[in-house]
Amino acid sequence: MNPEKDERRPAGELEAAVLAALWAADAPLTPAQVQVELAAGLARTTVTTILSRLYEKGTLERQRQGRGYAYRPIEDPHGLTALRMHSELARDSDRETVLSRFVAQLSPDDEQVLRRLLEEGP
Amino acid sequence: MTLVALLIPLLLPWAALVPARRILDRCPPVAALWTLTLSALLLAAGTIAALGTLALTGLLEIPALAALAELVRPLRTPSTALVPPLAAAAAGLLALAALTLGRSVVRQAAGLRTARHQAGRRAPAGDLCVVESPHPDAYALPGRPHRIVVTTAMLRSLDAREREALFAHERAHNTGGHHYFLAVAELAAHCHPALRTVREVIRLAAERAADEAAATAVGDRRLTAHAIARAALAAHTADASRPAVTPAATTGPVPKRVTALLSPAPRTPRALTWLAAPLAACALLSCTTAATAALHVHQDIEIAQGETGS
Repeated sequence: MNPEKDERRPAGELEAAVLAALWAADAPLTPAQVQVELAAGLARTTVTTILSRLYEKGTLERQRQGRGYAYRPIEDPHGLTALRMHSELARDSDRETVLSRFVAQLSPDDEQVLRRLLEEGP
Repeated sequence: MTLVALLIPLLLPWAALVPARRILDRCPPVAALWTLTLSALLLAAGTIAALGTLALTGLLEIPALAALAELVRPLRTPSTALVPPLAAAAAGLLALAALTLGRSVVRQAAGLRTARHQAGRRAPAGDLCVVESPHPDAYALPGRPHRIVVTTAMLRSLDAREREALFAHERAHNTGGHHYFLAVAELAAHCHPALRTVREVIRLAAERAADEAAATAVGDRRLTAHAIARAALAAHTADASRPAVTPAATTGPVPKRVTALLSPAPRTPRALTWLAAPLAACALLSCTTAATAALHVHQDIEIAQGETGS
């Protein structure tokens, strides 16, 4: 993806990408680190703007780090167990739902085939 | 004659399975998705119309109901010995379809409610709702506005570019309105056993359509293929204690999707017509025979009601 294209993406998509990067990192990130993590050719100022917007919405918390801030997603301490149960419940009725899941469950054969496909090629 | 005509719509879904199974191998997934879903809808409508007409002819054999329908003479039926058991079976099948469909609607509504509740717990970033869970999972949540729900475990299983492929895939489900196609597939699956197989093909077609859209959005088919494979393996490892739902002898939908993305983009309009034609023919034939038969029965009823037409 080239830089110009990325700068022109809708603000919502950029917010999603930034939040996903922060959750994946599992440690507070500075705007510079988010920029590197995304590898998406976004300007530093754009990343900073998105981070402060998410902070104002209450999605992120931040702490002072050097001259700026490091951001991380606000975790939900009470919801974790209940949500885990929910998502397991939802997975059980996998085949009978209108929700389009990214990946269906695998059979042992599927697992073999996928590992082979991933190993093939460069 | 009418009896035979009523059996044709009940048999056609099995005939339609042959082209339905092969359509995705050759056709662009969006075209396959439309053809499959419209055909499934017509085949289901034909089945219900045929069963309904059969049940009605049987009901009108019962004197009390015949009187209620103001029949002044018995309905002309081809073979009185055959009609009552057939009609009873048809009524039973209709009731069964209605029952399982009703149960499915309740379950789906509950599933959607849980998903909406889960997604609504915190402010989304753009359209993304993150759910804290050790199980890698992601799905599109249609609504106003459309959202995509991804668990923290899934976000951690993929790198930044693979996550973009995942998001593009889920957004394609939402913008393509794939939940409508899946709902039709679900409805059809409860009308005829053969359409259960068609439902699985429709689900795969929707995934393939979203995969191709994601590959176009991130500009890399191989990257998209790897994102799907890695997400599936991560989910599989996390759920290892769970028994596999698919029989081990068959290859499930995920390897098919990955293989398709690792091959060149589908572009064969000629094959589309050749494969879509038999499927569409089955669907149209099902509806026309059912409609013709229903019309015949309607005329017979009018005659039995004493209208001068004979």
